[in-house]
Amino acid sequence: MKTPERDPKTSFQDMILTLHDYWSANGCLILQPYDMRMGAGTFHTATTLRALGPEPWNAAFVQPCRRPTDGRYGENPNRLQHYYQYQVILKPSPANLQELYLESLRAIGIDPLKHDIRFVEDDWESPTLGAWGLGWEVWCDGMEVTQFTYFQQMGGYDCKPVAGELTYGLERLAMYIQGVDNVYDLGFDGRGTTYGDVFLDNERQMSTWNFEVADTDALFDLFRKAVAECRNCLDAKLPIPAYEQAIEASHIFNLLQARGVISVQERASYMAQVRDLARGSCEAHMEKNADRWAEAYPEWSA
Amino acid sequence: MSDFLLELRCEEIPARMQAGARRDLERLFRAEMDGAGVSHGAVTVWSTPRRLALIARDLPVETQAVSEEAKGPPEGAPDAAIDGFCRKNGVSRDDLELREVKGRKTWFAVRDIPGRAVADVLAEAIPAIIRAFPWPKSMRWGAASLSTESLRCVRPLSGIVAILGEDLVPCDVEGIASGFATKGHRFHHDGPITIGGADDYAGKLRACHVIVDHEEREAIIRQRAQQAASDAGLTLVEDEGLVVENAGLTEWPVPLLGRFDAEFLAVPPEVIQLTARTNQKYFVCEEGGTLANAFVCTANIEAADNGAAITDGNRKVLAARLSDARFFWDQDRKKTLAEHAEGLGRITFHEKLGTVADKVERVATLARWLVTEGIVKDADPDEAEQAARLAKADLVTEMVGEFPELQGLMGGYYARAEGLNDRVADAIRDHYKPAGQGDEVPTAPVTVAVALADKLDNLRSFFEIDEKPTGSKDPFALRRAALGVVRIVTENGLRLGIASGELLDFFADRLKVQQREAGVRHDLIDAVFSLGNEDDLVRLLSRVNALQTYMGSEDGQNLLAAYKRAANILKKEGFEAPENRTARTGEEDPLALVDDPDLGPIVAERAREKQEPSYEREPAEQALADALDTAEPKAETAIAHEDFESAMDALASLRAPIDAFFDSVTVNDDDPAKRQARLTLLDRFRAAVHKVADFSRIEG
Repeated sequence: MKTPERDPKTSFQDMILTLHDYWSANGCLILQPYDMRMGAGTFHTATTLRALGPEPWNAAFVQPCRRPTDGRYGENPNRLQHYYQYQVILKPSPANLQELYLESLRAIGIDPLKHDIRFVEDDWESPTLGAWGLGWEVWCDGMEVTQFTYFQQMGGYDCKPVAGELTYGLERLAMYIQGVDNVYDLGFDGRGTTYGDVFLDNERQMSTWNFEVADTDALFDLFRKAVAECRNCLDAKLPIPAYEQAIEASHIFNLLQARGVISVQERASYMAQVRDLARGSCEAHMEKNADRWAEAYPEWSA
Repeated sequence: MSDFLLELRCEEIPARMQAGARRDLERLFRAEMDGAGVSHGAVTVWSTPRRLALIARDLPVETQAVSEEAKGPPEGAPDAAIDGFCRKNGVSRDDLELREVKGRKTWFAVRDIPGRAVADVLAEAIPAIIRAFPWPKSMRWGAASLSTESLRCVRPLSGIVAILGEDLVPCDVEGIASGFATKGHRFHHDGPITIGGADDYAGKLRACHVIVDHEEREAIIRQRAQQAASDAGLTLVEDEGLVVENAGLTEWPVPLLGRFDAEFLAVPPEVIQLTARTNQKYFVCEEGGTLANAFVCTANIEAADNGAAITDGNRKVLAARLSDARFFWDQDRKKTLAEHAEGLGRITFHEKLGTVADKVERVATLARWLVTEGIVKDADPDEAEQAARLAKADLVTEMVGEFPELQGLMGGYYARAEGLNDRVADAIRDHYKPAGQGDEVPTAPVTVAVALADKLDNLRSFFEIDEKPTGSKDPFALRRAALGVVRIVTENGLRLGIASGELLDFFADRLKVQQREAGVRHDLIDAVFSLGNEDDLVRLLSRVNALQTYMGSEDGQNLLAAYKRAANILKKEGFEAPENRTARTGEEDPLALVDDPDLGPIVAERAREKQEPSYEREPAEQALADALDTAEPKAETAIAHEDFESAMDALASLRAPIDAFFDSVTVNDDDPAKRQARLTLLDRFRAAVHKVADFSRIEG
């Protein structure tokens, strides 16, 4: 039997576990990834839907992200079609959020008196989600390692109260901490298994599928079905299943983009459809809960 | 007298907003103090990413007591009037005093406003300033944001220091109370710092690794970045924008020089500089006039290893970006621009205006026409057309996809790389010019043809589909395009009819804005444009310039005064020229419609016959009529020959006769025939002046 000892300087998984330990100790639920394909951790219902309404919510989780067009067949040292984000969402945003964040960097081994940490203006906006916020990209020696956002709106609704969202780019942060120039050289477990051992073949196969093989007729069909199913769920006043279908449609759209079969003109119309689904789901979620929230929080209103 | 210190601490304020924030802080502070009647001495404002500070010198302890009085209705006025006066001044009837005003007893309201403690004034002013702060973008945060009414600020407000003399100015903004304590550098200093007042503020912060004076940080960056470059035997490429931005990102700036792999220098230098500058905020360096494989980043800490780890980290980030850029550079050159241009058919330019390929087709035709018509001289029409056809090809290259601001420039590089001649490559590179106020205007003929055609096409196309700029909205940058056209046309002396109708008016507005910089009066431009039919900007400006010279002279000013006097009289008398009157009846003189210039004198003769009076003119009246007979054709001929100075001279000859006319002739004579004839004469004078410019538009 062994007791855990974390070493983020050699192990990708230890870095994740250290962040879990840290955010758990600081009051977060440690959730597991959402079991659907999505482009960013922000799509996890623990972020989008939980950002709505007045109830406090503190959670941290790893979310695998899929960006088909970023695939490089495993040949680019830092571009991947599948990678991990570490998301922390704290609602309402605590007054010491910056300090909490900086302490998490120290926990994974970044010394801010040796490395130059900076908060550089970068406002976040997701037209798809009808969401925006103000904040920064956090730089470590000139490299963006985290997106730090105070959500102002989600699904077209004002966030009341505002949630603070941290999105760590896990691979680049690990490359930084481990001092490697190629993502596939990252130590995964600190015992000899690399990130490449785990994911290189995955990247090659998935890039080929995303760009060359995926059956576009089937994808168009899937898109239509997801849109229809989302509407079906909205009619049945089931916002969470509806939202899942919106995420599904969003990912299918990204795959169609990677296959290069959506023209520039059509692009806007597809994006508008996804946006309507996502917003519709958020609206349904608000409607379903607004009365309960208003009762529990008299100062709150939708 | 005491000095006042205010520090507003905030999570990192975007660098680009700090200069505006300093101005706003000072402006709001001054307005609050003026409003409360607090005098003060010099005001200094500073900023860092984490704080805004203001020091105002020499505030009094108390504001002066003042007595305000207002004069009301006379004694015996109706009750309603007196009550209304009381309400207006916030006094009761018993407070009114009766005083003698010009022998009449009148009610006065007198209010004594006692002096207030300045500390109290400040305690109210600080929250007011914070709430009124006009941030370009602001946000809510924290538990209070359960309500959308909660305080808004650029980023969460975290602390307030407010000290008058040595005393705290107690105030509270949404739970943040003022105090003596501030914070030092985020990493170099732990715990609170207690400030005594305005005088020890900057010094105490400096001891805790914060240089609060932004100008001092800027100077440090400027000087040490240069030093770092020269220590390495290089020359820093100066960039004041980067100096200010880095000063806005640091409280303790430490410029550090790093190197990148020299192999990346194969990429065009603009690409390297742009990557380094916009993405990383690095300075670049030169060696012997060419870009060196070095960068200067500005850290915010004094690192234990003298910045070795920081420099290395930054080098890696830059290397990753440059390897992307090099990949694009290599990929893009595998195809010719003509091959790239095939992709333009897949990009929508605007849903109502077709694809970019359609636009390119229009621009190519227009560019060629500008040359074949001789409007743009000394250019080969084939080259103009070729350059126009390739000018947009770089939009579908990888490099421009990644760095849109390199459009044009990359096209120029790719054109040269595939062996196109310099005239064509330069035209592709520079056809977006002038991009802004300060940007240079193309003069190379092929470039002029393409640059002008591109902008004219944008303007005409968008005006055709009714997509005009409104208010602050100009999504297709048409104002900039129009300004570009104005500058290309006027600075190259191109003679063409630029537009008509609404688009011409739009050009007029741009011309006014642009010429204001050159000191040309906008009212004079109006005065010429409002004559209508002037679509040749070169001719227009030449007329405006002559007019401006003339209006600067005594003759000009007097003529303007006479014109205004004549116009006033005509307006007051409701005078309408005989032609205008007949025009409305439908029985107009058929000759007046004849446009043949040979018939001009005959038409003029007929018109004069009508104006010949039935009585004997007074000498000054006759002199004015004679002067007009001479001046009118002179001015007309001069204008036809674009000799606007002579046209002004012709007008100048009217000055003495018109002055004499006003001195000795009564227009409003009892005899209606005389009155009518004199008004007609004044109308002729007005019309003569209008041949040169619409003087009613001229101010002064």
